[in-house]
Amino acid sequence: MKILIQGGRVLDPANGIDQVQDVLINDGLIEAVGTHLKAEGAQIYDAAGQIVAPGFVDIHVHLRDPGYEYKEDIASGTRAAARGGFTSVACMPNSNPINDNKSVTCYIRKRAAEAGFANVFPVGSITKGLKGDCLSEMGDLKDAGCIGFSDDGHPVSSPELMRRALEYAKTFDVPIITHAEELELVGNGVMNEGDVSTQLGLQGIPWVAEDSATARDIMLAEFTGGRLHVAHVSTAGSVELIRQAKARGVRVTAEAAPHHFTLTDEAVRGYDTNAKMNPPLRLQSDVEAVIAGLADGALDAIATDHAPHHIDEKNVEFAIALNGIVGLETSLPLTLRLVEQGRLSLMRAVELLSAGPCKALGIPRGTLSPGQVADLVIFDPTIEWTVTEERLVSKSKNTPFMGWTMKGAALRTYLAGNLVLPA
Amino acid sequence: MDFTQKHILGIDHLSVAEIDLILNTAANFKEINNRDIKKVPTLRGKTIINLFFEASTRTRTSFEIAGKRLSADTINISASASSVVKGETLEDTAMNLEAMHPDIIVMRHSASGAPHYLAKRLPRSSIINAGDGTHEHPSQALLDMMTIREHKGRLDGLKVAIVGDITHSRVVRSNLIGLTRMGADVRVAGPGTMIPPGIERLGATVCRSLNEALEGADVVMMLRIQLERQGKSLLPTLREYSRFFGLNPSNLALAKPDALVMHPGPMNRGVEISTSVADGPQSVILDQVENGVAVRMALLYLVGGANNDESTIQSSQSKGVTA
Repeated sequence: MKILIQGGRVLDPANGIDQVQDVLINDGLIEAVGTHLKAEGAQIYDAAGQIVAPGFVDIHVHLRDPGYEYKEDIASGTRAAARGGFTSVACMPNSNPINDNKSVTCYIRKRAAEAGFANVFPVGSITKGLKGDCLSEMGDLKDAGCIGFSDDGHPVSSPELMRRALEYAKTFDVPIITHAEELELVGNGVMNEGDVSTQLGLQGIPWVAEDSATARDIMLAEFTGGRLHVAHVSTAGSVELIRQAKARGVRVTAEAAPHHFTLTDEAVRGYDTNAKMNPPLRLQSDVEAVIAGLADGALDAIATDHAPHHIDEKNVEFAIALNGIVGLETSLPLTLRLVEQGRLSLMRAVELLSAGPCKALGIPRGTLSPGQVADLVIFDPTIEWTVTEERLVSKSKNTPFMGWTMKGAALRTYLAGNLVLPA
Repeated sequence: MDFTQKHILGIDHLSVAEIDLILNTAANFKEINNRDIKKVPTLRGKTIINLFFEASTRTRTSFEIAGKRLSADTINISASASSVVKGETLEDTAMNLEAMHPDIIVMRHSASGAPHYLAKRLPRSSIINAGDGTHEHPSQALLDMMTIREHKGRLDGLKVAIVGDITHSRVVRSNLIGLTRMGADVRVAGPGTMIPPGIERLGATVCRSLNEALEGADVVMMLRIQLERQGKSLLPTLREYSRFFGLNPSNLALAKPDALVMHPGPMNRGVEISTSVADGPQSVILDQVENGVAVRMALLYLVGGANNDESTIQSSQSKGVTA
């Protein structure tokens, strides 16, 4: 079947295209991008005034399936992805059972294919059971479909084991995704350590807990020659460490989450548990540094760390509330805020949501090159909408952006040429 | 003036005028505690629940006595005896209590912000924070301010030294906010591991040593050091703590000759404070406890009954209350 998307502003950062053009999809693949394309019998979509881009790719989500389906499942999570303009997500291994063996990987891929809303690229665990003791079978897991390895949420504290993980992953040319956090420095911390934590009487997590771990893992990547991807960078210091490492040729990439370039620890005042996540919301100076890193290439991707939690897990005392917020449906408008503020070009914003993350984790998506799988998004950066529980399709509603007026929304997403939004 | 606060969650929510009103009300109530018949009908028919999720002797007893002397029905619930052990959430526990129509819930909880959380969810009851985690302990700060004002006649312009584990103290936060708001000059001192970042933003001057903090002080407030902190990363030994941050007659001499010595209790004699100082002529530690009852009577009265039964209150007060 042929689909012709006519007259949209096509943004394809990987090919340097920013032009009003047509996109022709044939049989699930991009057939051509150009002006005045003609196609007999094609379904026509008039995208005039809208933006046509590679489907967005979120390389850091928690789909909670298997095991925690009351928070989210693969179908609801990928539906939220499609709603947000994402055609691919990489899901973290902290399900139950943990994705440290190929049967879990296969289950995830099977459920994703059945749901059909988005591609799911599983991330396997670095260590068996996320216990930090012995390595997972990375080769087997890669064969089953894992694209990288992470003990997200459970930092690998042993430097020796991290060294070996980077070396072993090299065998299979897969990246190690680090959740960079020195747990001994985190202690019982529940928010950023600073003026606000002192005023609220909450235990703080100092920036050095993140920076010291980032520095260690960069050094280990440099030493081993392995591929390192730094997840959810939240501090100015870590951005700078990554920038310097890239300058001297270390194989390191990194991502930042929309909440870390939008909010500061001031959002915790009032003990709002939807402002509790790990790493925590930091200071304005960190927000500025993360934005600068996204603009200048120190950071490669925007990734949401979509972390659904049931209301019962958030509607409790701050200290015992679980970490994390949902992000798939608010990522695009929060990224577009940076464009509106003149901090990012629209091209760079789209790159950070597509080609950038794909390159970081080696995902074969993120461009509109002819011959590519036709995953694409059509969005309107001017549409205003309000974040409400009813509008979010994720099973969980834990977001500090509830009630915010957002600007920009995906109108259509195509997954291998199939229209998944509107479904 | 009318007292319009529904809850007492922290000193941070109180204006100078409101703090003045509470202290004046407490001063008037104090006399009741010295009567032969220590009871007035002010809060007759009101129900007060003391909901304590953390161990407390002084504060809980003080609130209970305060409620009883105002003729309220007071019920004590401690965490060990409650449904918390059965896994019930804080919200459910509170909503169940709320369904029994109490007027005031006095609560202590180990989680900072727990009373603030409940205040947003309970439709009817007033909540008085009797200490939340390492955040605030407003009634303690108010009784401290009352005690200082009683002895010094004012708070404005006084130099107050607070010494000890500043990081983990809710007493410090409430006192710092309150005393600063009332015009006092507050300095803090303690080991580097116990001074939280940004404490200056709450109005404190951080001193490098105990002596520096004591120099010319009008009030010296010593904090309880938690014995279990010894031997971990925050504190090598109590012996060393006592040597560098313990108050004794010789370093107390650096403060003004009429400086008050205070301690929120319970004291570790010989650690943060020597016995001769704790029991000495400058100590007002037991005055603090005495004033605690009066301050808590004032809080219960202002939150629970001041505005809805003026005539009963007036007739029950020997001096009347300037509400």
